[in-house]
Amino acid sequence: MATTMITTLDRSSRAAARGLSDISIRNLFIIPTILFLIVFNIFPLIYSLGYSFTDFRASTNAPANFVGLQNYRDLLNDPYVWSNFAITAKYVIISVAGQLLVGFGVAMLLNRDIPMKGLLTTLLLLPMMLSMAVVGLFWKLLYDPSFGIINYALGLGTFEWLADPKMALYAVALTDIWMWSPFVMLLSLAGLSAVPKHLYEAAAIDRAGPFYTFFRITLPLVAPILMIAVIFRTMEAFKTFDLAYILTSQPTAELISIRLYKMAFQEWQTGRSCAMAYIVLIMVLAITNIYVKYLNKVKER
Amino acid sequence: MRKIVTSVLAGVGLALACGTSVHAQEKSLTIFWAEWDPANYLQELGNEYEKETGVKITVETTPWADFQTKAFTEFNAHGDAYDLVVGDSQWLGAGSTGGHYVDLTDFFNKHKLNDVMAPATVKYYAEYPGNSGKYWAIPLEGDAVGWSYRKDWFEDPKEKEAFKAKYGYDLDVPKDFKALRDIAEFFYRPDQKKYGIAIYTDNSYDAMAMGFENALFSYGGELGDYSTYQVDGHINSDKAVAALDAYKELYKFTPPGWAKSFFVEDNQAITENLAAMSMNYFAFFPSLINESSNPNAKNTGFFANPPGPNGDQFAALGGQGISIVSYSQKQDEAMKFLEWFIKDETQKKWAALGGYTCSAAVLKSPEFQSATPYNKAFYETMFKVKDFWAVPEYAELLQQLNQRIYPYMIGGQGTAKETLDALAADWNATFKKYGRVK
Repeated sequence: MATTMITTLDRSSRAAARGLSDISIRNLFIIPTILFLIVFNIFPLIYSLGYSFTDFRASTNAPANFVGLQNYRDLLNDPYVWSNFAITAKYVIISVAGQLLVGFGVAMLLNRDIPMKGLLTTLLLLPMMLSMAVVGLFWKLLYDPSFGIINYALGLGTFEWLADPKMALYAVALTDIWMWSPFVMLLSLAGLSAVPKHLYEAAAIDRAGPFYTFFRITLPLVAPILMIAVIFRTMEAFKTFDLAYILTSQPTAELISIRLYKMAFQEWQTGRSCAMAYIVLIMVLAITNIYVKYLNKVKER
Repeated sequence: MRKIVTSVLAGVGLALACGTSVHAQEKSLTIFWAEWDPANYLQELGNEYEKETGVKITVETTPWADFQTKAFTEFNAHGDAYDLVVGDSQWLGAGSTGGHYVDLTDFFNKHKLNDVMAPATVKYYAEYPGNSGKYWAIPLEGDAVGWSYRKDWFEDPKEKEAFKAKYGYDLDVPKDFKALRDIAEFFYRPDQKKYGIAIYTDNSYDAMAMGFENALFSYGGELGDYSTYQVDGHINSDKAVAALDAYKELYKFTPPGWAKSFFVEDNQAITENLAAMSMNYFAFFPSLINESSNPNAKNTGFFANPPGPNGDQFAALGGQGISIVSYSQKQDEAMKFLEWFIKDETQKKWAALGGYTCSAAVLKSPEFQSATPYNKAFYETMFKVKDFWAVPEYAELLQQLNQRIYPYMIGGQGTAKETLDALAADWNATFKKYGRVK
């Protein structure tokens, strides 16, 4: 069965001459990767599941005691953790919606014959290629109330983007939108250019208005690829750490990953942070699954 | 077969090569510290040691933000990358009970370091648990929170006159917390881009705690009872509540966006003409008297944390002791370095290089006190300092303090009493969890 899945070996090749079969070559390539995955991903995953039921602390010599579901119970009863989840949800919604809007909008603008389109697209992609930490540090300067260029350009005086508890999360989301809209734009552009031109011609002959054309032709055909962008961005936004960690220390902008980091590497509550990581993992899996189901539905249409 | 033989030979060769390189490096020590000026001074002191003994000293550093994380990651992995570590005073509990630090009690008693070093430094940088007579570190860099201020703003006759007219007493270095507040209010002029005061507010490590402690201790409050771990009635006492209100009051007069500020921002407040007074560790003052890093160097003065309303005067302790990492392969060599380090001549050299010595004799000497504009304030402060909890779970206590105090200070949520009552409950629960209270 497996042999039919892959291209068969050229009989005259050196590998064939050495007596290597297709399967052994396939194994040669795959087994190291699988081993790597098992050692560095699967094993720690299972190991940490074990720790999540103990009061283990990596910073002491004290042996780990089995505490059952205590960690999970404590975490799910902790109002701070719930507020972290609520903040994260708010952040994901704002930042992904913003990226979708801006990214898709820019893609629509670029999806026509304009001079220097290639250069323009490349320049627009730059933010996405920067390191998260660098973007965080730069935007911290841009947002600065005393000398930041944003307040200067918008004439906002000393408006406190990051020091205002209500504004901080939006400021982080805005930076994330700036950074990752190009990603959505890129995927949308690929989707848009794949829409057959004759559909638009047919619509024009039928005198369909621009809104009708957009909602009945463009959007449905781009939807699957847009959904992929949403899945990627949701997962990433859920895990956001560096950007938010560098930009602000407001408790109103403390995402779940920051809380997790503090618990694991500042407080060294290893057992509890393993439990927290599992809660986050389950949530991300659940959300992604809903998306994937929806994506399949969109594709079927 | 030939292939196997070749690879085995290559492997043996490689192992030998590694072996010899380890052998060649035997006469070297690696000290881990945070990335700041004192670490450079320590490297210079290490160079002197190399000249005398031939043992190479390398001071490895990492930014403050991940100092704690990186050090403990190495400890927890039982790694021997560092032979000595200059650890924060709060780490003593985790370092000693976790088996990461070598017990230095015998060394301490042999050299009578109890008398050689300033008492507060022994108590907070070296001993754990408190009053146990067990020592885990040698006080290396003494540090505490002090204040810098703009002499030119304070001495301007027009300002002096206006101040006297408004508050009824002379504008001068603040005599107490009330004066500190008044002066901060007086210089708070957003329309001129001048602000009253710069304080610590960052809640990612211990900045907020240090800033609050400065008010708390001088108001006569306590974090709790360090021997019984009782916190209720201490951290939420009337004095503590008044101290928190006083510290929050100061936040009103800070420059805009002062919600994540620590030592970098607080020094900037002076160098960028933002604030009249700025709280900071003494360790960061050398750059304020250096004209290349502070254009206002000539006009910058320093004072110790002022007393509270009842005349109590204390300051929050920073600073570090040096410990031998128990996973180091070169503990004997490290011990020899410490023996050299505690000598009087070395301590004098250390102070001359810019390090804040903890040696009582050097601190008391007139040469030391007149060497810089802030040494006298440092000397005065080092004999009245108090510190945060040093138990292994200090990071959880710190996190709880940040979680409670930050929303009140910056977000204006709740009252000081509610905040500190909640903090007392959190701390009590944590101490219960670790079996320190019933």
